[in-house]
Amino acid sequence: MDSYKTLTIGAIRQGLRDGSFSAKELAQQAVSLAEAENDLYGAFLHFCPERAIAAAERVDADLAAGKPLGPLAGVPVAVKDVIMTKGVRTTCASRLLENYVAHYDATVVARLEKAGGMIFGKANCDEFAMGSSNENSAFGPVRNPAAPDRVPGGSSGGSAAAVAGGFAPVSLGSDTGGSIRQPASFCGVVGVKPTYGRVSRYGLVAFASSLDSIGPFARTVKDAATLLGVIAGRDPLDSTSAAVETPDYAAGLTADVKGLRIGVPKEYFAAGLDAEVRGRIEAGLKVLEGLGCRITEMSLPHTEYAVATYYLICTAEASANLARYDGVRYTRRVENPETLEEMYSKTRGEGFGAEVTRRIILGTYVLSTGYYDAYYRKAQQARALIASDFKKAFERMDAIVTPVSPFPAFKLGEKISDPLDMYLSDIYTLNCSLAGNTGVSVPCGKTAEGLPVGMQIIAGHFNEATMLKLGDAFEQAGGFTV
Amino acid sequence: MKITEEEVRYIAQLANLELSEQAVVQYSRDMEEILTYVDKLNELDTSAVEPMAQVIYEGSETATLRDDAPAPSFDQETALREAPLKGAGHFKVPKVIER
Repeated sequence: MDSYKTLTIGAIRQGLRDGSFSAKELAQQAVSLAEAENDLYGAFLHFCPERAIAAAERVDADLAAGKPLGPLAGVPVAVKDVIMTKGVRTTCASRLLENYVAHYDATVVARLEKAGGMIFGKANCDEFAMGSSNENSAFGPVRNPAAPDRVPGGSSGGSAAAVAGGFAPVSLGSDTGGSIRQPASFCGVVGVKPTYGRVSRYGLVAFASSLDSIGPFARTVKDAATLLGVIAGRDPLDSTSAAVETPDYAAGLTADVKGLRIGVPKEYFAAGLDAEVRGRIEAGLKVLEGLGCRITEMSLPHTEYAVATYYLICTAEASANLARYDGVRYTRRVENPETLEEMYSKTRGEGFGAEVTRRIILGTYVLSTGYYDAYYRKAQQARALIASDFKKAFERMDAIVTPVSPFPAFKLGEKISDPLDMYLSDIYTLNCSLAGNTGVSVPCGKTAEGLPVGMQIIAGHFNEATMLKLGDAFEQAGGFTV
Repeated sequence: MKITEEEVRYIAQLANLELSEQAVVQYSRDMEEILTYVDKLNELDTSAVEPMAQVIYEGSETATLRDDAPAPSFDQETALREAPLKGAGHFKVPKVIER
């Protein structure tokens, strides 16, 4: 099975049906390969072989009994370690939760296993999903499979590297301000951030609740569409999951994109954009034009306010969400505290890493008496303006196309000492998140040095179908290697 | 926006976070830089803008509410399983009331 590293969902289905391999063989292969090569990129924090084998045996039994196969039958899946997996450690890449074993399965986990998926390992990430380089993991950074001296992006760097490195055909990550799309672009894979409310967050460890979403990574748009179709949809266990029908995304990839109206916002091509990245995106736009799409330059005037808006809102929400790690319920407590206050402050002081602490401090500050109106409320108003830019744009456009990141993957250590510089690198993904839209990063060629570039396709609320159809048509037309 | 080390200590206390002296110095610098940057939002006239707290989609007000019916939840043992200290079916913490 030497082609394991390039398997797609379709090839797995075919192989299971014609008996080339069993699901159990695939699950064993997934675990042994990832374990043996994990030192290369550090994409995984830990593995759950028993769970994968149990899932595989269910698939093999169904196959033997002639029962219909689920859409993910026999597909090895890596899951970001901020998503709950019952009976398996869920650490959020934090010292504080190093030994925490989840009590229950996230809805996305239950759904993908019901569809035949085999979860075999938990992917490394930035601590509590806070970061843009995966250097904030308490258990060591992830390296970019395309260039191992560089970061894979973050915060879902391990999920992206697992797919790019050939360890899993698909994986799950979470995206609050770009944490799926940016690592997908840095590693040269497909990464989807669904519309806010499209996918249940039950069992996702909360970072910024008005922004958090779960989404897939894959090597093809079709595989990402298949996984999204499995995890999407209303969940009574998450009151923020929307009661909106889920279309059959994979079936909707008809390549018929003629006449679709694509907006190209000029603010995303201003100063600060790397010339090579710009060149690749412009080449990508030519591919879409060649497919018959109508490309129009347009404006999203509040784009430049996204970084300030986002880092006020996400830190405020994080400071509230992370208050629960108080040394009472979640495994770790400082030794022999004398008082309750000492137990709280020492457990948290020791347990959280530098970036998480920075965000809790900033978030606590902007919510504190006297500063709430000046910062938090102001940011919520700016957010309304950003969302209104998109609402107006989608009255005239079917999709918006932009770069994902101003530059390709940077070197490990290059930005970690300057938090603001790191935050500014998120400029092209934050607006889409603040407005609650859906966005996908698709590979769009490489720089002269061979570093992957990602093109972002953004669509309006619950319009993943159009976005994925565009991405797939782009892939079929050779856009990934433009 | 100037952020003093004393302010950082006060905020850390509100957040129940023990910080080293070195961290206090570092975070006061970081906060100052970040808060100076976010002052950019003051360029925007938001006097007539309703704050946006959540992404709202089209649907009835009760579309995402489930029926108020009891359903199985965690038993006590499960809920306590990951607690660092427990006893007699409770989470245990340092004494907060003097007898």
